Amino acid sequence: MKIFITKSSKFEPLIFIFSFLLLVLFLFIFLTLSNMIFGQIFDDLQGLIEAAENRAVVSSIFLSLYAGFLATLLALFLGVPAGYILARFDFPGKRLVESIIDVPVVVPHTVAGIALLTVFGSRGLIGGPLEGYIRFSDALPGIVLAMLFVSLPYLANSAREGFKSVDPRLENAARSLGAPLWKAFLFITLPLSARHILIGSVMTWARAISEFGAVVLIAYYPMIGPTLIYDRFLSYGLSASRPIAVLLILVTLSIFIIIRVLSAGWSIYDRD
Amino acid sequence: MIEIESLSRKWKTFALDKLSLKIESGEYFVILGPTGAGKTLLLELIAGFHSPDSGKILIDGKDVTNLPPEKHDLAFVYQDYSLFPHMSVKKNIEFGMRMKKIKSPEKLREIAKDLRITHLLERHPLKLSGGEQQRVSLARALVTDPKILLLDEPLSALDPRTQESARELLSNIHKNKKLTVMHITHDQTEARIMADRIAIIMDGKLMQVGTPEEIFEKPVDSRVASFVGFENMLSGRVISADRGLLRIEAGKITIDASGDIEAGSEVHAFLRPENIVLSKTSAQSSIRNSLQGRVTEVWMLGALVRVKIDCGVLLNALITRQSAEEMDIHPGVPVYVQFKASSVHVLR
Repeated sequence: MKIFITKSSKFEPLIFIFSFLLLVLFLFIFLTLSNMIFGQIFDDLQGLIEAAENRAVVSSIFLSLYAGFLATLLALFLGVPAGYILARFDFPGKRLVESIIDVPVVVPHTVAGIALLTVFGSRGLIGGPLEGYIRFSDALPGIVLAMLFVSLPYLANSAREGFKSVDPRLENAARSLGAPLWKAFLFITLPLSARHILIGSVMTWARAISEFGAVVLIAYYPMIGPTLIYDRFLSYGLSASRPIAVLLILVTLSIFIIIRVLSAGWSIYDRD
Repeated sequence: MIEIESLSRKWKTFALDKLSLKIESGEYFVILGPTGAGKTLLLELIAGFHSPDSGKILIDGKDVTNLPPEKHDLAFVYQDYSLFPHMSVKKNIEFGMRMKKIKSPEKLREIAKDLRITHLLERHPLKLSGGEQQRVSLARALVTDPKILLLDEPLSALDPRTQESARELLSNIHKNKKLTVMHITHDQTEARIMADRIAIIMDGKLMQVGTPEEIFEKPVDSRVASFVGFENMLSGRVISADRGLLRIEAGKITIDASGDIEAGSEVHAFLRPENIVLSKTSAQSSIRNSLQGRVTEVWMLGALVRVKIDCGVLLNALITRQSAEEMDIHPGVPVYVQFKASSVHVLR
């Protein structure tokens, strides 16, 4: 049960202090971002427009979104089945598997980049033998791989939580009504976890787009948004990099807002 | 017909142990047992949701032990009805038809009419009352004309008044559709009213199978006896046995009981609290047992009163509120505890 805070609510010091801290947290994030965005718009609108018309900027932002999208597709392909197994079955070593899936979230991303490079670099364990067929370093596949590595846990975990929230009895009921497992999964379990998986996908995509450390180590070129921002910052300073940053955040924010609005009606699938 | 042969399965805290059972076609078979006895696990095994560690399940002579649930060809209704929350009532009912490729709007209309849910077809299942959800769940299960219906505690989530009409509904469905029904419950009254035969399961073991009368009048085991309501148990020894009448010495008291056990045997005598009569005076011709005692505790249970009496041993009696008031029953009052020899069920 949630309680609506109103003027007539009883005064509880704890609630007051916690609410104040919530406000601090909110302002920390909101002021930092809005100061940058509005600062750019009011001080240097021209710079923003120029950035939006610059081919290198536009293509780097597009590459960020596109590579992030590909990483999310791959994450869906791997994470949804993995989440189902983790939600429904116990097996020896399951906790170890779950912990390892979480590791990309906690390792420094430059470390992830180095690790990826040693495996997928041109002399790496997998990148070496595949050299003639697919190139990872300084190429789109490398970017996608780096993004996938750091964002996969979000999808696998939210898919797992989604599947866990579906009572296995619903699956059983479907099966005794004549559905083979794959149909029970497709018509019952999957639609009922769709919201979790959608939120997981958005998180995954967001994480992929915001990745810099792992990507820059395996593929400095072609430049994704964050790499270009960093590159401009090092070469020309804040005033040259800020418009790109603002542009990137405006584009991604509007996409997330659209997804949130579109998915709002999905709450009917939530059983809790 | 469902044949279960020496079925064993461990799962979480439940374990079924070499359970064998045969349910005839057209039977209304109730599995009765305390919570946690493994009843649902048994039903889920029959439905094929789990596979047994050992043993076999045959449905109409066909071994289904290792077949997936969709090949067991039976209908299963869970205690919480398990309606699909992302589908309308109609879509829920159509699900099984879709899976079994039955295209028949008449069938859907017919079952909806039978179960009085026609007006609910476009509704969202989770917005319905418990009784309505149950009828939808039954419709979904029955629309594809299964021969066997498995019911997991079908009445326990309903309020008492709905329970009554649901009982009637289940009986009618069983009769009209000539179904084999397997119904799980922990409620004795429910089992007694509905069952053709009852199986008692405790701690994953089959304790007794029989008609309601056999189960409730002649339990074969002391745990079954106390589960089916023989609350009073006296342990003692048969001191004489004569033409079906036993005299049993149990601690400080001696009672008469009907039964056929030779003298000298160690026995347990069981007595239902409702078969005890309390009286202020000792004599009443037809009643063989009359023990003097003193009331120690009294609980008011609405129309009935439960009384604990110390008459050398502690006995529980269930009497009407009226007779309790007439005799002025309260702790400390001396009373005679009387019961027929035929009310005493004796087990070795």
